Amino acid sequence: MDALWDLLRHVHDAYGVNLVHFYDGFERGRLLRGMWTTVKLAAICIAFSILIGIVGAWLQTSRLRILKAAVQGYIQFFRNTPPLVQMYFFYFALGPQMPRVINDFGVPQPMFGSFEWAVLSLSFFAGAFNVEIFRSGVEAVQKATVEAADSLGFSRWQIYRYVVLPLAVRICLPALNNNLVNLAKTTTQAYAIAVPETLFVASQIWSDRINVLEMMVTLLTFYLLMVGVFVWAMTRLERRLRVPGFGQ
Amino acid sequence: MRSGTEGQAVSTNPTWTPDQPIVAVHDVHKSFGAIEVLKGVSLDVAKGEVVCIIGPSGSGKSTLLRCVNALVPINKGSIKVEGQEVHDPALDKLALRRKVGMVFQQYNLFPHKTAIENIMMAPLLVLKRPKAEVEAQARRLMSKVRLEGKEDAYPGELSGGQQQRVAIARSLAMNPDIMLFDEVTAALDPETVKEVLVTIRELAEEGMTCMIVTHEMGFAREIGDHIYFTDRGVIVEHGAPDSFFTQASDPRTRAFLSQIL
Ligand SMILES: Nc1ncnc2c1ncn2[C@@H]1O[C@H](COP(=O)(O)OP(=O)(O)O)[C@@H](O)[C@H]1O
Ligand SMILES: [Mg+2]
Repeated sequence: MDALWDLLRHVHDAYGVNLVHFYDGFERGRLLRGMWTTVKLAAICIAFSILIGIVGAWLQTSRLRILKAAVQGYIQFFRNTPPLVQMYFFYFALGPQMPRVINDFGVPQPMFGSFEWAVLSLSFFAGAFNVEIFRSGVEAVQKATVEAADSLGFSRWQIYRYVVLPLAVRICLPALNNNLVNLAKTTTQAYAIAVPETLFVASQIWSDRINVLEMMVTLLTFYLLMVGVFVWAMTRLERRLRVPGFGQ
Repeated sequence: MRSGTEGQAVSTNPTWTPDQPIVAVHDVHKSFGAIEVLKGVSLDVAKGEVVCIIGPSGSGKSTLLRCVNALVPINKGSIKVEGQEVHDPALDKLALRRKVGMVFQQYNLFPHKTAIENIMMAPLLVLKRPKAEVEAQARRLMSKVRLEGKEDAYPGELSGGQQQRVAIARSLAMNPDIMLFDEVTAALDPETVKEVLVTIRELAEEGMTCMIVTHEMGFAREIGDHIYFTDRGVIVEHGAPDSFFTQASDPRTRAFLSQIL
């Protein structure tokens, strides 16, 4: 490793290509922590938004009008307002309303930090789309299949959990995939509320070290790789879930 | 198949005895919106009896079967299964569905589960029976419907007739007392119709109570103890198969039979 860093240092000195964020231990640490924050943020938001999608689509099959209306209102709000404004709303408008908690040093601090607010706002944002995506899958499941489960004594939840959802997921996986890739990219928006994710630390580094171009290339490469890995995993999942004679 | 540890006692009305009708339908009315689909249907099925219901499309046959296991609610009248009112709001639907198995026209297997998983799912999830026992029963049922070797096939890899036999096995895994068949051969190729009918006949011969909606007149005549003819939401005529098919009195029945035979 050290040899590589020395080489990069030499490249900087000799050719002016400034990869200080790799060869300098301090900058490298900052950048890696930023990347780790991005990965964590994306993973948690993906998990939460899928959960919201599953539960929301389930609520929409409810016979209770008020539940359906509530889910519909949620979807309309989050789909039809800009995600950046949503994030500001959560952080700057809701944040100060939350109770304060006493931390380990006996000092009161906000219940949620910027990371938690970013998780909440991005999960609700992507979750609204996921509800619609799962619902389209749920609606594509044959009614006769549901009726068969019903006649076998499955409860409403068992029908959803063991019959409708597994089929709906297979139907809507491509659309889900799309939305989750978007979500992973939208994590950069957490920059706006100072979550120290990749874009945030990158901009700190390029301000301190004046290596904007090199930092940008690094940044784009990182996102290409991250999304690439995610898409690869989703493709494998899609293949694993493929059932002979269903869909396609 | 139906003895031993597999069948757990199902709550029945204590006043019901097997010499009374196992299914008693009395003056049932059912509307979808403004359209009245069943206009006062009554029929009784004795334990071990095979009842065939025939009639033109849209006459309410499927709706009648669906009412019997409470898949759709009725507007008026009464349906009793083993003495228990099916449309009593306090009814234990699960107990009813364990007693009444149903096989539909199509798309009724779970496409993401293998044949044997299809059979095992309800006993595992609904009855919470031990897996080893459920699997052993499922394998026996697969061979009963002559599908040994197809346990791990997905529905999409089976012919229509094979799928329907898996569907029958899946219903039987709940150890029902009554089986409802709703035009289970209507969507099949002629070659596979026969294998499904053979399976149903075997069940009937073993003494299973069956309500069969069918367009296969020869089959109805051969297997039915009693034939009902429905038209536009009423039972027009019924009788034992021999007299029904040769001496139908109502002109609607005769018109229908002359078209189809
Ligand atoms: N869920 C439903 N909603 C509205 N109308 C229905 C529904 N199910 C059946 N019907 C109508 O009820 C009538 C009888 O249908 P059905 O019982 O399926 O007849 P059959 O099985 O004899 O062909 C038909 O006119 C059908 O359109
Ligand atoms: Mg029908």
